[in-house]
Amino acid sequence: MKKIIRFIPLILFVLLGALLYRGLFLNPQAMPSAMIGKPLPEFALPRLKDDQQVLGRDDLKGEIVLLNVWATWCIQCKYEHPYLLDITADPRITLYGLNFTDERSAALRWLKQYKDPYVFSIFDEQGALGLDIGVFGAPETFVIDHTGIIRKRFAGPINDKVWQKEFLPLIDTIEMEIAQGAS
Amino acid sequence: MQFVVKSVTASALFVPLRSIVISVILLMLGLTQVSASPVDTFEFKDERTKIRFQVLSKELRCPKCQNQNLADSNSKIAVDLRKTLYTLLQEGKTDQEIIDFMVYRYGDFVLYRPQLKKQTYVLWFGPIVIFLGFIIGVIWTLRRRGKAKASELSLSSNEQANLDDILNKK
Repeated sequence: MKKIIRFIPLILFVLLGALLYRGLFLNPQAMPSAMIGKPLPEFALPRLKDDQQVLGRDDLKGEIVLLNVWATWCIQCKYEHPYLLDITADPRITLYGLNFTDERSAALRWLKQYKDPYVFSIFDEQGALGLDIGVFGAPETFVIDHTGIIRKRFAGPINDKVWQKEFLPLIDTIEMEIAQGAS
Repeated sequence: MQFVVKSVTASALFVPLRSIVISVILLMLGLTQVSASPVDTFEFKDERTKIRFQVLSKELRCPKCQNQNLADSNSKIAVDLRKTLYTLLQEGKTDQEIIDFMVYRYGDFVLYRPQLKKQTYVLWFGPIVIFLGFIIGVIWTLRRRGKAKASELSLSSNEQANLDDILNKK
């Protein structure tokens, strides 16, 4: 008994050390989204390129939908833009844009200048849909599966590395789920 | 003439110096409080709503800026969320409804005061448990020490017999 008691400080030290050591490798910037596993909320917002057309949740067609939050005030969106053009080559995904708290004319100019990777962009001037899906900045990219459930939120710009590490495995998983559901 | 010029430069030197000294003292005393918090122009329907706004914007954390609350932060998202908070208050939502609204979208991260649930039991009760453990440990050690002292002071029966022998021999 006495011998065990003598070791208590050492045990506590090792436990604390293990805890703090693990903490060294955590990314404090990584923020899990509260929306994962929840359905994409309903919305009614105009299309960026046509203010007469009202878009809703059902307009986001495609088995695996990627919703990319972007704005012209967002510098990293510019960095991300060529990669977005690249990923649209993947036939498994459909890329939509959510133009977030932006000016229409500036956004339209941007798409003209840098090419438009999106099937269409939703024009969310007040950030209403952004608020509903917990957007806290741009760029952010949401992955929505074939059942309309948000599976992932990636905050930050996409590039090749991010795409391969963060997105492709999930796309493969969803593809498998689709195949299983169909059989 | 020269004298006048001199006195002018002297006073020109001394006055700013004095005001600098005063302002340094004021700064040290913290009397000149500079409020850097962003200013929004919200019109509240009554004083109570205004206070609720102030309390909630202090308790809700800005999702983007790690360690600032909504009241302190000037980031775009904090400005937007203050607007949302204002709208929700004007709509007559209760504090709990507003907190639920924020947590549904941004997760537990937005709360500076975490809610009491299974995952946060350690957070809420951990300190109390550690404190109680500490108290118990102290009491236990003190008791043991007291006992050890008592047994050290009192003689065993053998020792007592020896002592009696020595004393009786005299």
